[in-house]
Amino acid sequence: MAHAEAQAAQHTAHTEQQQHPIKLYLLVWGLLFVLSAFSYLVDYFGLQGYLRWSLILIFMMLKAGLIVAVFMHMAWERLALTYAILLPPLLVLVFVALMASESNYVLFTRLAFFGTGP
Amino acid sequence: MSAPIKTPAAETLPRPAGLAGLASDWASDQRTFKNVSWGKAMMWIFLLSDTFVFGCFLLAYMAARMSTTVPWPNPSEVFALEIGGTHMPLILIAIMTFVLISSSGTMAMAVNCGYRRDRRKTAILMLVTALFGATFVGMQAFEWSKLIAEGVRPWGNPWGAAQFGSSFFMITGFHGTHVTFGVIFLLIVARKVWRGDFDTERPGFFTSRKGRYEIVEITGLYWHFVDLVWVFIFAFFYLW
Repeated sequence: MAHAEAQAAQHTAHTEQQQHPIKLYLLVWGLLFVLSAFSYLVDYFGLQGYLRWSLILIFMMLKAGLIVAVFMHMAWERLALTYAILLPPLLVLVFVALMASESNYVLFTRLAFFGTGP
Repeated sequence: MSAPIKTPAAETLPRPAGLAGLASDWASDQRTFKNVSWGKAMMWIFLLSDTFVFGCFLLAYMAARMSTTVPWPNPSEVFALEIGGTHMPLILIAIMTFVLISSSGTMAMAVNCGYRRDRRKTAILMLVTALFGATFVGMQAFEWSKLIAEGVRPWGNPWGAAQFGSSFFMITGFHGTHVTFGVIFLLIVARKVWRGDFDTERPGFFTSRKGRYEIVEITGLYWHFVDLVWVFIFAFFYLW
């Protein structure tokens, strides 16, 4: 429904400015509140392991997506800008994989040469 | 939505949409970001660079935390508060999160009012946003003082891995600095809106060019980005 409204807003939007119904912003605001509350509850109930991680990451990505798409109007920008801004940070994931692998190796050498610690 | 393409022979072609549009925008001998003003494009590119800075901080923190043999302090307990005799884990960070989200909500509405040229409402909503931002920074100051009083230092802390302090002060400190600058930025633009600079086309102090209501949206981009970074810090630093 919000999508349909957004579509309608897009057609009336001026070339250079972003005009969308206030209702849409209020909806996103509410969703961000609810998602943050869920994130907090994950910690409050002390969920652990893969369940904790998947929930935290899902709520994080949903929140980030809502902020970028609606509050920062990325959903209504032309693809030339969207891709220029969103693709480079995605490539940081390669860096993350590299550093995770590196950290595991450092941990391994520390345990092998300096003992297991406390 | 998008301006048509003018060929050298001055004919106009409609701009294609979708992926074909992406290819033609980037491949053309003209401006790539046609429907985006320079101000907005530059703010986005600045934010992209800032994404890399915060990305590197979070990565360094991840590498430190994954490679240490010492247990990491439990953030849920470190940031717990006693409120009215009940022990609330992580409550301070949760409140800070809600404050920052609310500031994003008021900012989005300010942008909307700005484009409707509602001077009063825009300025008031921006001031409310700045107030939420200042509240956030205040709570962060409280959080920092509490941890420093409990003995957290960049080189050690009472609960475990020494890198906890340096990661914490670095990441939250850099984010807090961004919020502080954001508040100043908001106050400056709110004053211009309130004074009617964009209606009277009063020249800017530095640039002596006429400003436009679009600056409210550009300020908003910066402000939402600060909220966006907090989403990642909240997930990776406080919930991990």
